[in-house]
Amino acid sequence: MTEPIPGYIGQSVPRREDRRLLTGEGVFVADIQIPGMLHVAIARSQLPHARIIDIDLSAAKCSEGIKLAISGLDILEHLPPIHGMQLVAPPSYRARVTTDILIPDQPLIPHDKVRFVGEPYALVVAESRQLAEDALELIEVDFDPLPPVTGPDDALNELSELLHEDLGRNVAAVLHTKKGRGAEALEAAPHRLKRQFAIHRYAAMPLECRGVVADYDTRTDTLTLWSSTQVVHWVRREVANALGMPEQNVRCIAPDVGGGFGCKGHVYPEDILIAYLARRLRRPVKWIEDRHEHFLNSTHARDNIYDVEVGFDNEGRIQVLTSYFLVDSGAYSPIGAGIAGNSMVHMLGPYDIPNYETGCKVLLTNRTPNAPYRGAGRPEASFAMERAVDLVASELEIDPAEVRFRNMIKAEQMPYEVGLTYRDGEPIVYDSGDYPKALRQALDKLGGLEPFRKRQKDALADGRYLGLGLGCYVEGTGVGPFEGATVKIDPSGKIVVATGACPQGQGHETIFAQVAADIWGVSIDDVYVTVADTAHVTMGFGTIGSRSTVTASGAIQVASHAIQEKVLAIASGILEVAKNDLELRDGGVGVKGVPGMHISYREVAHAARPGWDHSRPEGINAGLEETSYYEPKTVTWAYAANAAIVEVNPATGEILIEHYVAVHDAGVLVNPGMADGQVKGGLVQGLGGGILEEIVYDDHGQLLTGSFLDYLLPTASDVPPITVIHLETPSPLNSLGVKGLGEGGAIAPPVVIANGVCDALRPFKTELNSTPIRPCDIAAVFGDDPLDLLQKSGESLLTRV
Amino acid sequence: MLVELKVNGEPRSADVPPETTLLKMLREYLNLTGAKLGCDVGDCGTCTVIVDGVSVNSCLMLAARANGHEVTTIEGLANSNELHPLQEKFEEHGALQCGFCGPGMLISAKNLLDKNPDPTVFEVRDALAGNLCRCTGYTKIIEAVIDAGRVMNAEQANS
Repeated sequence: MTEPIPGYIGQSVPRREDRRLLTGEGVFVADIQIPGMLHVAIARSQLPHARIIDIDLSAAKCSEGIKLAISGLDILEHLPPIHGMQLVAPPSYRARVTTDILIPDQPLIPHDKVRFVGEPYALVVAESRQLAEDALELIEVDFDPLPPVTGPDDALNELSELLHEDLGRNVAAVLHTKKGRGAEALEAAPHRLKRQFAIHRYAAMPLECRGVVADYDTRTDTLTLWSSTQVVHWVRREVANALGMPEQNVRCIAPDVGGGFGCKGHVYPEDILIAYLARRLRRPVKWIEDRHEHFLNSTHARDNIYDVEVGFDNEGRIQVLTSYFLVDSGAYSPIGAGIAGNSMVHMLGPYDIPNYETGCKVLLTNRTPNAPYRGAGRPEASFAMERAVDLVASELEIDPAEVRFRNMIKAEQMPYEVGLTYRDGEPIVYDSGDYPKALRQALDKLGGLEPFRKRQKDALADGRYLGLGLGCYVEGTGVGPFEGATVKIDPSGKIVVATGACPQGQGHETIFAQVAADIWGVSIDDVYVTVADTAHVTMGFGTIGSRSTVTASGAIQVASHAIQEKVLAIASGILEVAKNDLELRDGGVGVKGVPGMHISYREVAHAARPGWDHSRPEGINAGLEETSYYEPKTVTWAYAANAAIVEVNPATGEILIEHYVAVHDAGVLVNPGMADGQVKGGLVQGLGGGILEEIVYDDHGQLLTGSFLDYLLPTASDVPPITVIHLETPSPLNSLGVKGLGEGGAIAPPVVIANGVCDALRPFKTELNSTPIRPCDIAAVFGDDPLDLLQKSGESLLTRV
Repeated sequence: MLVELKVNGEPRSADVPPETTLLKMLREYLNLTGAKLGCDVGDCGTCTVIVDGVSVNSCLMLAARANGHEVTTIEGLANSNELHPLQEKFEEHGALQCGFCGPGMLISAKNLLDKNPDPTVFEVRDALAGNLCRCTGYTKIIEAVIDAGRVMNAEQANS
C-alpha cells in the first residue's frame, strides 16, 4: 500500500524554481536568443519638457547594420497611445468617493513634445545592440525647450506650462471622501495637532531591468512576446489592440523575471513597440533596457506631501483626523489614481477613529511617471499616520506604544466596519486579526517596553541615544476584479494547472503546486504548474497588489471543483458506488472506508476521453479540463506591527538598527518559509527607502541619480538583525483562509526608523517628518556643521550619505 | 581577435571584437547565460565570475584580458548532477527569490568559502557586499552561506 499523501499547505516545501535558478539555467528575457534577431536602441529625451521641432534620422538610417530608424511621426498613423486608464475602478467606487479623474494617454513615441528626461523620441533597429547604439548618436534633433513643471507647486500654479494641453490642467485626479462628521469634528476636539509630512521619491529598482523580445510568425500571423512584466494578459490585450490583431494571435510570456515590485505591473510603450517592429520587419526583435535607462524610464514611486490634522482627547484617543495630500505622479500616471486611492483608505490603519476626512490631488510634472511600488500608497499614508500618532503621544507625554494600544481596534470588534469604500467599490470591513496582540508581541520580542525605557534612560546618562520606533498598519490584499485558472487532468493522470498570476520571485510554481496537490489529494510531484503565459489560460489579471495567493488559489479551487464533480460521476459509474460514498485520495478516487476500492486519475482520465471506448455515465461530457475565474467580492485585510530599537551616533549622524521586529499576519501561510522570505525582503526594501535610496531631480527637472553609485540599494553589510513573527489568523473570506503578503514588509520601515530616531532624540524634541532620514539631519540636531562632521567621521558619513 | 580560455575546466575559444567584455563573450559567444548583466558598470555584481581564483565583475573585464586564464561561472558550480553545497543550502534556506542575483551571489560565496571555509557572519556580509540583491534582504543568503561552509568543513574533515 502506498504512503498516505501529506497535506502541503502550511509546509515550507522547497521551491521548484530553485533548481534552474541555482544552476544558471533560469531564462530571463535577456537570455533569449533567436536566430536572425534584430536589436533595438531607444533615443531618450535629455530635456524634461520640450516641443519637438524636427528629428532628422537620415544619417542614422545610413549607419552600418541599420534596418530601421523611426520617430513619433512615423508611427502616429499606425499605433495609438496607451490608454490612460489601464486600471479602472468600478462605478460603485465612483458613486461613493468623489472623483474627478483625467488621466493622460501615453504615446508610444511622442511626435509633438517630450515630457520627461528619458521619454523616447526615436528608436533604431539594427543587426546588433552596439550598431543600434552607434546609430543613435547620429540622430539630429531640434527641440524647443519649454519651462519644466518640476514639482507640486508648479503643477498647481495655473500660470505653469501644461504638460498635456488637451487636459487643460496639470492635475490628473482629485479624490475626496470622509467618514463620520469628517473635518467638522475637529472643532470639538480637546487637543489639535497639525503637521506636514513628506515622503520622497524612490523606486522599485529590480535587479533585472525591463526587456522585451518579439517573434512574428508570418504563416499564422501570430506574435510571441517575452516581456519582463507582472501582467502578461494586459500586455497581450494592449498589443492586440494596438496592432489590430485578435488576442488569440498574440501570446505573451513572462519568463523568469528578475524582480518587479510594481514597476513592471503595467504596460509600457516598449511592450507594444517591439511587437510592432517584429511584425513590421518580419524578424525577431529584442530590446533590453540598460540600468541608466531604467532609472530614467521605468516608473518611480512615492513622492507625496501630506497635510494632517489630528483631534484627540486628554487620554490620547484620536477622535478625528484630516489628511490632504499631493502626489507627484510625473508625466503620466499608468495606474491612474489607484495609489492615491490606496493612501486614502489605508490612512486610519489599525485604529478606531470615528471621524475622518481626506482629499488628494494627483499632479502631473515633468518627471518620470510614478506607478505602484511595493505598498503602493500605504507606506506614504502609514508614514504620515504613524508619525502623527507619535506626535500625539509626545504632546501628551504618554508612551507612543500606549497611545497605539488605546486607539487600536480590539480583536472582539472584528469584523470591523471602517466606514470607507475600497477601490473595488465595496465598503471596507477589516475581516480578522488581533492588532494589539501583534504590537504586544513585537514589544516583547525587543525585551518589553518598560525594560527598554529604563535602558534608554541609563544610556542617555552615558551620552548614548537609543530610541524605540513603532509602525503599525493594515493592508487590503487579494483585490479583484478576478484571476483565471485552467486545470486539467492529463492522460497520464497528472494534474496540470495554469494561472494568470505572473511571479517575479514569489515562488508561484511552488505555491500553486501545494494548493493543487491538496485540492486533489495527490503528491506534489504529480502537479504541473504553468504561470505567466497567455497561451495556457484565456483570461488572467496578473501579479500586482499582494493578490495572487488569494486570487489564483481561488481560481484553481473553482476550476478543480468543477472537474471533481465529473471525476466523481465517472468513478461512481466504474466502481458502481454512489458518489456520496466516494472520496478523493491517493492520486485518485476511493470508496470511503474501503482501502482496496480505488481508481486512479489516470484511469478516470482515460474513461473521460471522447470516442467509442469512453466510460462516462450518460450526461457527462468528455474531457477533464476546466477554465474558471475567481472574482473576490472584496479584499481581505493583512496587518503588522513593526518595532525597532535604534541608536544614533551623535558624531556621525549614523543610525544603527540594533534589532528590527515585525509581527505580521497574512492569515494561513501556504509556505511559511517563502512567506518569511517575502516579508524580510520587503522590510529591507523599506529600510532602503527610509534611509538610503533617493531619486533626486535638480530644479530644472534633470535626474541626478542615474546609477547605483548615486542611488544606494541596501547591501549585505547594511542589513540589521531582523526577526519576523508570523501570526496566522485565517481569513474568513476564502476557504483556504489566506491573505496576501507580497507588499506588507515594505510599508512600515521608513516610519519605524523616523519614529525611532525621534524617540532617541527626544531630549532635543526633534521632529523628522520627511524621508529619507539622513545622517546630516541627525547630526544637525547636535549642532554640528555637516562639513565638520565629514572630517570628524571620515568614511562612515561618506558611505552613508 | 581570438580569445582562448578555460571555462569551468574546459578549453573554450571565440573570435570576438576587441572591445568585447568577458561577460559578453560568455553570454553571447559561449552561450553561458548564467552570469547576468545588471548595470554594466560594476556596481551590482550580477556578472560575477571567478578568474584565476579572484572574483571579478565580468562586465568590466575585457575578454582579451582573460585570454589564457581560467574562468569559473555558475554553470561550473554543480558537479555533473550533484549540486554544490552552496546550491543545496540556498535551496534549503529559500535564499533566492527571483534568482537574478543568484549566479553572481553564489560565485562570490564560493570564492569566499574556497579561501575561508569558516567565515564569521561579518566576513560573509563583507564578501557579499558587492552583490546586490533586491528581493531577499540578504538574511537567508547569509544563513545559507554559513551553513554551506559548515557542511563543506565537515565533508573535508570526513574525507
